[in-house]
Amino acid sequence: MTQTIVIDPVTRIEGHAKISIYLDNDGSVRDAQFHVTEFRGFERFCIGRPFWEMPAITARICGICPISHILASAKAGDALLAVEIPPAADKLRRLMNLGQIIQSHALSFFHLSGPDLFLGYESDPAKRNIFGLIAAEPDFARGGIRLRQFGQEIIEALGGRKIHPAWAVPGGVRSGMSEEVRAAFRQRLPEAMEVTRKAMARFKTVLDTSDEEVASYGFFPSLFAGLVTPEGNWEHHGGKLRVRNAEGQILADQVKADDYQQLFGEASEAWSYLKFPYYQPLGYPDGIYRVGPLARLNVCDQVGTPLADAELTEMRQRAGHRMVTASFYYHYARLIEILGALELVTQLLDDADLSSSVLRADAGVNHLEAVGCSEAPRGSLFHHYQVDKNGLITYLNLIIATGQNNLAMNQTVAQIARRYLRGDRLEEGLLNRVEAGIRAYDPCLSCSTHAVGQAAFAISLIGPDGRVVDHAVR
Amino acid sequence: MAARTLTINGTLISARSNETVLEAAREAGISIPTLCHLDGLSEVGACRLCLVEIAGSPKLQPACHTTVTEGMEVQTDTPRLKAHRRAIVELLFAERNHICAVCVASGHCELQQLAVEVGMSHVRYEYLSPDCSVDISHARFGIDHNRCVLCTRCVRACDEVEGVHTWDIAGRGTNARLITDLNVPWGEATSCTSCGKCLLACPTGAIFSRGSTVAELERDASRIATIVAARNERW
Repeated sequence: MTQTIVIDPVTRIEGHAKISIYLDNDGSVRDAQFHVTEFRGFERFCIGRPFWEMPAITARICGICPISHILASAKAGDALLAVEIPPAADKLRRLMNLGQIIQSHALSFFHLSGPDLFLGYESDPAKRNIFGLIAAEPDFARGGIRLRQFGQEIIEALGGRKIHPAWAVPGGVRSGMSEEVRAAFRQRLPEAMEVTRKAMARFKTVLDTSDEEVASYGFFPSLFAGLVTPEGNWEHHGGKLRVRNAEGQILADQVKADDYQQLFGEASEAWSYLKFPYYQPLGYPDGIYRVGPLARLNVCDQVGTPLADAELTEMRQRAGHRMVTASFYYHYARLIEILGALELVTQLLDDADLSSSVLRADAGVNHLEAVGCSEAPRGSLFHHYQVDKNGLITYLNLIIATGQNNLAMNQTVAQIARRYLRGDRLEEGLLNRVEAGIRAYDPCLSCSTHAVGQAAFAISLIGPDGRVVDHAVR
Repeated sequence: MAARTLTINGTLISARSNETVLEAAREAGISIPTLCHLDGLSEVGACRLCLVEIAGSPKLQPACHTTVTEGMEVQTDTPRLKAHRRAIVELLFAERNHICAVCVASGHCELQQLAVEVGMSHVRYEYLSPDCSVDISHARFGIDHNRCVLCTRCVRACDEVEGVHTWDIAGRGTNARLITDLNVPWGEATSCTSCGKCLLACPTGAIFSRGSTVAELERDASRIATIVAARNERW
């Protein structure tokens, strides 16, 4: 008899999802589907709005990573105006994006995945959360919370608020950062650095005993995509696209955001509101690729800052290959990116340009179509706009990082189910392992569907006759 | 000019005989909410937010359009008036698409401020969610009909202060829309002098500077009164 397992809803992720695991007659896992059950419609209701409003409207897609949308949107706006923004504005935008990467990665590592990594996948579910982590390891948890605060406060200092600051605008930014504010952040850097180093050391001890998780939480070859600098180093804002395959071969390099459609297509499936982007030349679904921290570290030659580069070398050594294809390493990559981001913040805070008053370029509508790309914490984010001659949006397409990891997340769920599912019952441990596998990607489903919903998780186990044999909801 | 004595909310005040209840109240430091009223412009009494109770009259009267009389007893803040005002503001929100979170005027909007003042915690009426356009064909300004409350402050500022009358209203009821010239895109309205007085007069994010981003639009509507006062003194 064939069966289906449904996990509904998935917990400790940003958004609402459910998972279906399909069983064969012999009880083995045939397939798994990660359904995103939200719908929001930004791509429709933004039509007719002036593109100057887009950064602030699209920021509302997400409360975790509004900055990513603000920056990608402002970048598309720069291109519609056909201006080069003032150097200070570019540096300030970079600083805000680094603050965002730090806060979002800290949230993923400490608040969302920390309970799995440090309390155990099969520990008491009632305590397997950030509060359980605070109770078990108060100093460690406090450090993580303060690290996130550091990133959030950089955003607040620049944009006036932590969430949805309408600060980056087509042509530049609205305000700079005074020397006094920069000095205050400089003082807090050593603590942030120390927390990150300790987390890195702790994670390595977990990694040493996680061979099983490494081998089953999304361990498969795929392509990787992300922005790189002209030299091929790690990049988070500006830069151009690079795609590498699992062997490390560069398939596309220095591709402008405008040409993203040459690289990526979008497929959709009836069972999920989340689209399925794929690498165009290989088609769907063979063109599976991953984005985000691990992808960025895989595509780049090096980070370009000493501490992060030393860690990157070690990560590649531990993985045993130049290309790290186990998604469990996303956690590691996140910590390396926090370290690199802190190094870059250190450099930027010493830059007197940040206090400049020349922050915004002005122009009329000079291009009717543009694409803005920025690296969100979860991966490459594309905002593609078409406008009429006055600047009203006539077409809008958003390609979100989480969407680009959609195929990989589906494969990950199937891989974990094959490894850990016993019989036709949903054991608590299995449920959480499936969720933990998803959490490695730190998916943001509100973003990826630009959709409404509550954070929740559901899983179903479905037989070959389509009957749901077991169902669990968190 | 003869003086009149009257009471507002039980307080005895005196006013000039040609003053409106609204003027008399404001001079006495008693606030009455308004939306279509703007110092320096003529009164249209359209928004009904300044309705007051006058002893002896079963009907509510607009304070902006009611001249004071001797011995008049005015109430400005009764439960009945409060309920009416809240309903009026809710109806304004229900009629068009007022999305404060992503509006250029958020934080600098009289309608938003009114909603706070009248204690509008939610809207009890069904939203009409009309399909409204945005016109940014003008080189400097734009109009977003989603945010327009048809107060006609722009129409009066353009007509009475700039002397141009580019703005007017076409259509009736919920189909009423602001238009420029004979209903052409603003950028093609040849009568417009691009003076920006309509922008100053607008209480919401309906008329904005082109290129404004969210919550960026700050204006000072009192500049209309300043212009009018300066002109009257000089001429």
